Amino acid sequence: MKIIINGKEQETTYQTAFQVRESIGNPEDIVILNGFQINQDSPLAENDILSIIRKGVMPDEEELESMMMARHTPYVHQRVKKGKVAIAGLGGLGSNIAVMLARIGVGHLFLVDFDIVEPSNLNRQSYYVRHLGMPKTAALKEQLEEINPFITIETRDAKISEENVKELFEGYDVICEAFDKPDAKAMLVNTALEQLPGCKIVSGSGMAGFDSSNLIQTRRPMKQLYVCGDLENEARIGSGLMAPRVQICAGHQANMILRLLLGQEEV
Amino acid sequence: MKVNGSFVALEEEQSLYDYLTLRNFDLTKIAVECNGNIVPKAEYKNVILKEEDTLEIVRFVGGG
Repeated sequence: MKIIINGKEQETTYQTAFQVRESIGNPEDIVILNGFQINQDSPLAENDILSIIRKGVMPDEEELESMMMARHTPYVHQRVKKGKVAIAGLGGLGSNIAVMLARIGVGHLFLVDFDIVEPSNLNRQSYYVRHLGMPKTAALKEQLEEINPFITIETRDAKISEENVKELFEGYDVICEAFDKPDAKAMLVNTALEQLPGCKIVSGSGMAGFDSSNLIQTRRPMKQLYVCGDLENEARIGSGLMAPRVQICAGHQANMILRLLLGQEEV
Repeated sequence: MKVNGSFVALEEEQSLYDYLTLRNFDLTKIAVECNGNIVPKAEYKNVILKEEDTLEIVRFVGGG
């Protein structure tokens, strides 16, 4: 029977997952079968994906990537690894979305922002005190490389305008709109819909304050445009932006991007 | 005319620009699709709305 063990396809005569563990590891090693960590032995079938992970031991680089993706649903990793996603704006939405997409192994991320990290970013954005004063592109790339060294990360320190949208984002499967200012959001969405007809856009609108989490939704108002958020709660004097709702919205955007990379176009 | 999924009465011949400004839309913060096609900002005054049109108006609010 042919199965995949720690990322390598091999022929095996073992009949159960725990028999494989016994043959190559220790009884306390973690066993993940087709994306699920099992505590009871389970029979093996042709093409099963099995990971045997020894806690506290650094695997060699070849095995690391397959172990990192062992909790994925089978064959999801191969598809997201081919994905090319551009993230426009690396604030509360963009930085958190980038971290999620790096964790799931999206193969090519393009990060664009013109700004540097400052103290008022830390209440919701994925940066640390040590990043203060650094360009957001560099501060985020540093984190993503520590989370997943097996993906390609490209950055650009640039202000996005009608003039450079096409040049920057042509060829990407998905553009993630993650700006703060509403006119910038509208500019990117309008320009991309006009100039990049095949491209999908996943945008965020309405996630300020501490209103109910459940008001934040993913919608598809246009064929190529998805909008996540509550559509109402804007950042303004008296209504701030905080980690929980911003990250809920970022999660909606990241999951929609994942769905698109897997060929699921419905919200 | 259908706007964001609901039917609205179109009282007079009107450009998209007039329709939007009469309803106080901030044109810098929206995207508009007419019959499934994005309408470039520069075309708003040239698009004359018809009863059989379907509009989708997306308004963006700040925060991110």
